[in-house]
Amino acid sequence: MQSQQQRISTDNLESNFREVNPGLSPKAAIEEANRCLYCYDAPCIKACPTGINIPSFIKKIASGNLKGSARVIMEANPVGASCARVCPTEELCEGACVLNDASTPIMIGDLQRVATDWAIHNQQQLFQPGEYNGKNVAVVGGGPAGLSAARELARLGYKVTIFEAKEKAGGLDTFGIVSFRLPQDISLWEVEQVEQLGVNIRTRVQVGKDISAEDIVDGHDAVILAVGMGNVPMLGIEGEDLQGVYDAIEFVEETKRNGLRTDFVGKKVAVIGAGNTAIDAATCSVRLGAANVQMVYRRTEAEMTAYDFEYEFAKLDGVEFRWLTQPTRIIGDEHGRVKQLECVRMQLGEPDESGRRRPLPVEGSELTLEVDAVIKAIGQTRHTALIEAFGLDHEKGVVRIDQDTFQTSHPKVYAAGDVIFGRGQGEAMVVTAAEQGKQTAYAVHQQLTDSVTESA
Amino acid sequence: MADLSINLAGIKSPNPFWLASAPPTNSGYQVQRAFEAGWGGAVWKTLGDPILNVSSRFAGLDFNGQKVFGFNNIELITDRPLEVNLKEIYETKKKFPDHAIIASLMVEPKREAWHEIVKRVEDVGVDGLELNFGCPHGMSERGMGSASGQVPELVEAQTMWAKEVAQTPVIIKLTPNITDITATAYAAVQGGADAISMINTINSLMGVDLDTWNTIPHVGGKGAHGGYCGPAVKPIALNMVAECARHPDIHVPISGIGGISTWQDAVEYMLMGATGVQVCTAAMHHGFSIVEDMIDGLNNYLDDKGIPSAMEIVGKSVDRFTDWGNLDLNYHIVARINNDVCINCNKCHIACEDASHQCIDMLTDENGVDYLQVREEDCVGCNLCSIVCPVDGAIDMVEVPSQEAPLSWNERQAAVQKLSENRKIVS
Repeated sequence: MQSQQQRISTDNLESNFREVNPGLSPKAAIEEANRCLYCYDAPCIKACPTGINIPSFIKKIASGNLKGSARVIMEANPVGASCARVCPTEELCEGACVLNDASTPIMIGDLQRVATDWAIHNQQQLFQPGEYNGKNVAVVGGGPAGLSAARELARLGYKVTIFEAKEKAGGLDTFGIVSFRLPQDISLWEVEQVEQLGVNIRTRVQVGKDISAEDIVDGHDAVILAVGMGNVPMLGIEGEDLQGVYDAIEFVEETKRNGLRTDFVGKKVAVIGAGNTAIDAATCSVRLGAANVQMVYRRTEAEMTAYDFEYEFAKLDGVEFRWLTQPTRIIGDEHGRVKQLECVRMQLGEPDESGRRRPLPVEGSELTLEVDAVIKAIGQTRHTALIEAFGLDHEKGVVRIDQDTFQTSHPKVYAAGDVIFGRGQGEAMVVTAAEQGKQTAYAVHQQLTDSVTESA
Repeated sequence: MADLSINLAGIKSPNPFWLASAPPTNSGYQVQRAFEAGWGGAVWKTLGDPILNVSSRFAGLDFNGQKVFGFNNIELITDRPLEVNLKEIYETKKKFPDHAIIASLMVEPKREAWHEIVKRVEDVGVDGLELNFGCPHGMSERGMGSASGQVPELVEAQTMWAKEVAQTPVIIKLTPNITDITATAYAAVQGGADAISMINTINSLMGVDLDTWNTIPHVGGKGAHGGYCGPAVKPIALNMVAECARHPDIHVPISGIGGISTWQDAVEYMLMGATGVQVCTAAMHHGFSIVEDMIDGLNNYLDDKGIPSAMEIVGKSVDRFTDWGNLDLNYHIVARINNDVCINCNKCHIACEDASHQCIDMLTDENGVDYLQVREEDCVGCNLCSIVCPVDGAIDMVEVPSQEAPLSWNERQAAVQKLSENRKIVS
């Protein structure tokens, strides 16, 4: 196991952001592919939210049919190259592999990467657009759900326009997941695959500002809202506006734009939260050269929402964890820069509405951490204003949909991805968003085809 | 420690593991290294009139990522002068007097030619001779090797010519490229052979390159059939050994050859009638050191079974190998799945469903747990499910006690015959 010193360079920060997992060598890939039993009615397929025919794509790797393999993957999951890297495979396909008890599960994620990397490297266009059927669909948001919906609609013959607020599409895969786990060019290849089907991706277009929700609804036969979630909400404590307090989403996003910041070298960083983004912010901090990175979480290891592999990765990067610790105040110096983080120790009480035990402060347990930066990663806000601009029913920013058709309260508007995540709806995984996008596309197709049939 | 030594028609060796006549026994240097590694004997690469070889000679067959499942070659007999080989045989035998050196020979099917080579080779002190009537490529186009070995009369005549002058035991190496190997084996016995060895390699074309469309291997864009060997040929060779072993008129010892890679393979050959075995591909794949586990494994096997000598297992399974017509029609086995061992890959289900008798059901119990179950009344006991099952112990093939007395097809037909004759008498 590599120590943090070997893993991290303070001289060459760029090298810290190169993909950590080297992937399987050609020989290892063949050996691993041949180890797959090619189960019938395989549990890995059922465990994959997008239902990738995993034994099929693995068999194709073994037979040297890498194009076919990539096609099987991408057919089921339009962001299958990203998912090969970011899926919590041990909780999904690999967790369901029948070899778990008999020997060790097949490295499905890594094999998926072998096939998709081949397609990327060999510049393969895997799918063709359908013949134009005269219908136009707008997709708002070019993340995994939006891309997935657009891809399927384009294959079915729809003219699709994606409205993307950022300068590049791909959403979380392009900007939200750290480069050393998911290099940006992987996500951009997936975007390109969709564009090559004739999908028009209009970047830097903010709905509500550059174009109205009404214009979009009026100008298309159907609209799919796939805007995901927003930035990190306010902590609601003193000192949040000090210099050196960061929003984890923006912080990670910055490492995926031009150049890496150098002002973290040698610094002490506190990350508040213990979810996927919190881990990303913490490991990014380490890789930006921070001398000490602590994650501050008010509950315990057992309640953290980050995946086990993320937790392990953070520990390998040397991230420290302060469980049962709640920040109460950020203290600045005379220049308005973060100096300290005041916290209070917590203990777990009775379970709350999320089923997790509610943390309660321990009286007189205040402590102060000496820090140079505080990164907030306590969740994400909702695009409530945008949702309301479309006039959709929602519950605290979670769009209400028909579970079967993904249709919102507006008959022409559908929703998929993180914008419908929460309140018991789905999982906030890239792979789930991809599947919802696909299903939404089919629902739209069904609806628009049915209406044609009815009017005929 | 069991006694591993063998005596094959008078040829003694410290263990049953010989290197077959092939590239690993091309020179004194190699054979001496082999003896140092523990090989009990070596059949020297075939001597005869030196030939010219081509370049690009071998090819391997990979299977599911595993190398050398099968192997083929278009190399001919020795390309070194006879004198050089004879000198090295002499030196090797002097250094390793207890190890068996057998000279493989191939000359034109002429009496004088056989007389001459047998005498010259025996002069340097070999323990035995093996007449190569098996090489299927190149030499066969010149009327030697398998071209001789496919004609029983030629086998018999040449064996006789060699025996006319031979002082040491003569082994006849047979080709599998023939419909019924017992015909040539019998001819060898008729010619006075002291032993037979089998199989030589099988005619083969290893493959075609998908990009160049050349044969594999190719010699400057052209290919010719080669001789196939390696683990993939073992069942074919074992059958031929067994057929000869159970043949009432083929009563000479057998040296078993074909796909032997482990001590287990060797035990199977010996149980089926081979007095010893010859190995080539495994040594070509891994080097001479593989004999260490062959010796160790055989010794442990014999010790575990309480058998004092390797020779005692020779032929012990021969009487269990018979014609299909003698098999008991009333013997019945069925598959039984052990759900606590089963990993639910469903391979047995789909194999049975698509390729056998549709009697393995995929079910779900009251707790929602998936399990597989055999409908035993529909199971014909074909074994397919247990063959494809990846986990040892998940599927047992279990004998179902029969209500009927054992009855073979032959017995049944005899009974039917008798019955109809009785009827004729009655009517």
